[in-house]
Amino acid sequence: MEKRVRFHSRWLPWLLIAPQMAIVLVFFFWPAGQALLQSVQRQDAFGSSTEWVGLENFADLFGDESYLASFKTTALFSVLVATIGLSVSLLLAVMADRVLRGAGFYKTLLIWPYAVAPAVAGVLWIFMFASPMGIVAWALQEIGMQWNHLLNANHAMALIVIAAVWKQISYNFLFFLAGLQSIPRSLIEAAAIDGAGPARRFWTIVFPLLSPTTFFLLVINIVYAFFDTFAIVDATTHGGPGKDTAILVYKVYYDGFKALDLGSSAAQSVVLMTIVIALTVVQFRFVEKKVQY
Amino acid sequence: MKTKLSVVALTALLSVSVQAQTEIQWWHSMGGALGEWVNDQAKDFNNSQKDYKVVPVFKGSYDESMTAAIAAFRAGNAPHILQVFEVGTATMMASKNAIVPVGEVMKKAGVTFDPGAYVPAVAGYYTAPNGQMLSFPFNSSTTVFHYNKDAFKAAGIDPNTPPKTWPEVALAAAKLKASGHKCPFTTSWVSWTQLESFSAWHNTEFATKGNGMRGIDARLTFNSPLHVRHIENLANMAKSGLFVYKGRGNAADATFVSGECAMTTGSSALYGNIKRNAKFESGISTLPYYPDVPGSPQNTVIGGASLWVMAGKKDNEYKGVAQFFAHLSKPEEAAKSHQRTGYLPLTKASYQMTEKSGFYKQNPGTDVSVEQMIRKTTDKSRGIRLGNFVQIRTINDEELEQVWAGKKSAKEALDAAVKRGNEQLERFQKANKG
Repeated sequence: MEKRVRFHSRWLPWLLIAPQMAIVLVFFFWPAGQALLQSVQRQDAFGSSTEWVGLENFADLFGDESYLASFKTTALFSVLVATIGLSVSLLLAVMADRVLRGAGFYKTLLIWPYAVAPAVAGVLWIFMFASPMGIVAWALQEIGMQWNHLLNANHAMALIVIAAVWKQISYNFLFFLAGLQSIPRSLIEAAAIDGAGPARRFWTIVFPLLSPTTFFLLVINIVYAFFDTFAIVDATTHGGPGKDTAILVYKVYYDGFKALDLGSSAAQSVVLMTIVIALTVVQFRFVEKKVQY
Repeated sequence: MKTKLSVVALTALLSVSVQAQTEIQWWHSMGGALGEWVNDQAKDFNNSQKDYKVVPVFKGSYDESMTAAIAAFRAGNAPHILQVFEVGTATMMASKNAIVPVGEVMKKAGVTFDPGAYVPAVAGYYTAPNGQMLSFPFNSSTTVFHYNKDAFKAAGIDPNTPPKTWPEVALAAAKLKASGHKCPFTTSWVSWTQLESFSAWHNTEFATKGNGMRGIDARLTFNSPLHVRHIENLANMAKSGLFVYKGRGNAADATFVSGECAMTTGSSALYGNIKRNAKFESGISTLPYYPDVPGSPQNTVIGGASLWVMAGKKDNEYKGVAQFFAHLSKPEEAAKSHQRTGYLPLTKASYQMTEKSGFYKQNPGTDVSVEQMIRKTTDKSRGIRLGNFVQIRTINDEELEQVWAGKKSAKEALDAAVKRGNEQLERFQKANKG
């Protein structure tokens, strides 16, 4: 006997999901449609003259070598954020799973950073890394490393990766912890009895059983690295030095709100949207095959 | 009971009929001490008459409030007065349907308005080629040289003879470094101080067509040998630790006020902040120059912002705007503002008033900004007005960062910046023809 909610009324289900649908329409479909529309127009800042230019905005974008360079920067950035974020949170989740005393304390501390707004996270980290008075910058100088994220591209990239990963660790940690706790203890005990060491147990039993969670988090982290990290870049490096941390979404913000070139900004949003849709499709098609439910 | 009710009803009616004040929305970007100054100005005007009430609203930084105003305008909800930074001038000028020129506002409202009363180097920037004043020059600063007198004393330099030329700056920086100072020289607004104002100060063009004042088909020229030489000098100073780059925009200002950096080239409007917060004796001097360049020092270019009047409002509201501008232009008001903030005096009368009152003698260095600007300008030094200027400045920031990091030579970076900047100018020209 299947347990299912049955509605006798024809319109009640629609009414109940109407608020959610309204939000999706207003906050997702409408802006997306507007972006598609504006990407084929060229307007002056105040919108008093609008010109239909077809795909010229896109052509200009792909002819701009700094835009193509920012693809590479974004790819590097998201790979770093996703892999470091997932590995560190998995490690923390595994360790938190084994703790018996004070588990609540560790878990609370590890979940806290998620409540911090991205811009605030960026400012926090820049205070710590600002030479010469930031704590981390000072400590690095003591061991002989001249930290300068204003002029050194690698330092700047490291700074935004650290800030972005720090924020996302809590989210990943929560899901990994839940995933770990849903693995039946009996499987792990059986493997232990058979003589498997902790590392072997982890990689052959725990990790494959965690794969739905890992897959889900991979998708989320990639989307996060592409879109939600703009505030961190804006609060810390502003895309500098030069253009070395100008990720795609930062350029969208800059062109739209500082340069007031809405056509180009909308075209970039459309390109970003296509990339993330394509990535998600790829992930669902190919990576999901390996996920064991 | 009945009499009580009728008394209440009568007072209610009376209070309603008194609310006839026209509100004028003023969106600005002045925070901190400058924000208090803005609020005081509005309060003074509101107290001086009963018909209009100016309501100042802080909307964030210059580009944040510009974006907010654009969105509001598109929604039919724009403010009456908008403070726009000087690099947004070309964008505002090109948006003819969105703004009403100040000259027109004053004429229609019947308020006496003499464009000749304003300091020429300032008003000329906000005037169209046909002579009509487009926006009201509210807060104009210029590039000056701030230096830490206490640090000078500690390094054995005479605090009352600041370096006037770039070679002297390098020497002073070397002495400061030798005395243990970690940050002898820095700069804020790198493009404004080291390229734009630098060009005008040396009577050299930053861009063709009189730096864009004569037409939107101007193209950049700041990769000339003089500019390359200057950036190379700065790059060498950076390599020897005499010049320490402290970030884009005005990020470096805080390092001067805190005492971390001893010398900086930046806005004259930093004066208010220094007066309030610095724990050392500070001095202001003119922007350094190269003595071997003919025609230098000429004059510097302005920074800061002006007030634009948005279109689509009612006539009596524009009357209020005109009266507010007339109030701000009164010599006493303009003189008070100038003395309080470090911004340039609005009118020649306010400058003379300040001079007569002995203010400059009591506060040495506050007349440096005026001295640099109140000169006869040449065609190459009148000011810089280019489209997509925000992007051009960012491009200059990016390319120069590569120079300070040692990744590009000065010539490579300036050539790249000119090439990328010209692309921006072409786009602006295409988007705004006619």
